Amino acid sequence: MSAGEPSAREPTPARRAFAAILAKDLRVELRTLESIPAMALFSVATFILFRYGLDRTSLDGSLAAGVLLATLLFAAVLAINRLFVAELEQGGFDAIRLAPVDGSALFAAKAAALVVYLLALELVAVPAFAFFFLDSWAGLGPLCLVLVLVDLGLAATGTLISSMAINSRARDLLVPLILLPLLVPLMIAAAGAAQPLLAAGGPGYEDFGQWLGVLTLYDAIFALVAYAVYDFVLED
Amino acid sequence: MDAAIELDGLRRAYGDRVALRDVSITVPAGETLVVLGPNGAGKTTLLRVLATLLRPSAGNAAVLGCELPRSAWRLRGRLGYLGHDPLLYRDLTVAENLRFHARLHGLEADADTRATSLLDHVGMGRRRDELVRNLSAGMAQRVAVCRTLLHEPELLLLDEPHAHLDPEAADLVEPLLGPAAGRTRVVVTHDPQRGLAAADRALVLGHGGAVAYRGPAREISPADLRGIYGGEPA
Repeated sequence: MSAGEPSAREPTPARRAFAAILAKDLRVELRTLESIPAMALFSVATFILFRYGLDRTSLDGSLAAGVLLATLLFAAVLAINRLFVAELEQGGFDAIRLAPVDGSALFAAKAAALVVYLLALELVAVPAFAFFFLDSWAGLGPLCLVLVLVDLGLAATGTLISSMAINSRARDLLVPLILLPLLVPLMIAAAGAAQPLLAAGGPGYEDFGQWLGVLTLYDAIFALVAYAVYDFVLED
Repeated sequence: MDAAIELDGLRRAYGDRVALRDVSITVPAGETLVVLGPNGAGKTTLLRVLATLLRPSAGNAAVLGCELPRSAWRLRGRLGYLGHDPLLYRDLTVAENLRFHARLHGLEADADTRATSLLDHVGMGRRRDELVRNLSAGMAQRVAVCRTLLHEPELLLLDEPHAHLDPEAADLVEPLLGPAAGRTRVVVTHDPQRGLAAADRALVLGHGGAVAYRGPAREISPADLRGIYGGEPA
């Protein structure tokens, strides 16, 4: 074997690789509309089912938070399942592994794309939820902050689990089976923060800061774990 | 002359199934190695190991002086891999795909000029704004050739590079991929005559990934060639 090893080709700056992968994903989504319309339709249909299933024209407190967050969570799973399908079916994984690109750039770009999808979903789903169930829209402003933190957690955890499951034939089953238990702490904290915001008498802020802290901690932990293990996840 | 590829007892298994068994060969820089063998002999597996897309199960492998898998990351951006899959996104145009690959490889603004030149060379210049999903397999293969060469790799790993190409298209890509380009090449092919004619060395894999012949391409005998495709898959 060779004694000395030559220097590697200059790696592509992570920021540049991130931008390239994210721009590619958003362009493909805009062109094919595979994820966001499906998520939006799913969430609106679910709100209609809840409205007639619960036989309620108005929700508040923990029930309102539960209906909204569970609907967004299951809509997110639709996108998470599809996040790496193009990379698998069209060779994107190989192309990225052949380039001088750090795996964390792929993770960050996919997570960012998922955040964009979730924000687009919420632009439709939150007004629809308010229209169907809320008497007062006053809590929606601070609720947006909660949802952004939920989106970051969903994106970090969902991207990691989706890339681990992508090579399995049972990925549509595996993703929710592995992902949903991991999201329990995120949902508990999100419900804790959202519940007083959606209270019947108008938004309240008891323990709001504490739950935001838990959400932020969850996001940071899963982002760091994913960053640390992502190169190994991409190995054959 | 420096060795571009050194394999010593290379083995790759998928679970219990051994795809490559004790493969040893040295390819000096600038030379062409042709890899022949029947379906399932491990040719594509060998190429994917060399491309760092698969890890060796045992043995030693060094590519462009980098030990695999330990220093695989040092090889990134230095290989041009043309496999069965064109590695193109079907919902992007030809130009968008090449721009994406250029950005992944950190290429500067002149990558667009180079992409245009490559597309013109393979007769795809006028199709640059078409979605890849609307191209025929042969056209996609021509674009894949451009994608393989865009970052000016030192080593070409070509898995049936003329697959899907009509004779005219094969002639168009030959100056880019052929030995005249001066790069080290590993070419997997099912066309022994064409492959051996353009090769310095040959590696013949039999069923089960065992080496049936290795040595100079010009010394491979008709009997060796006849024996390549006989027998049952392992």
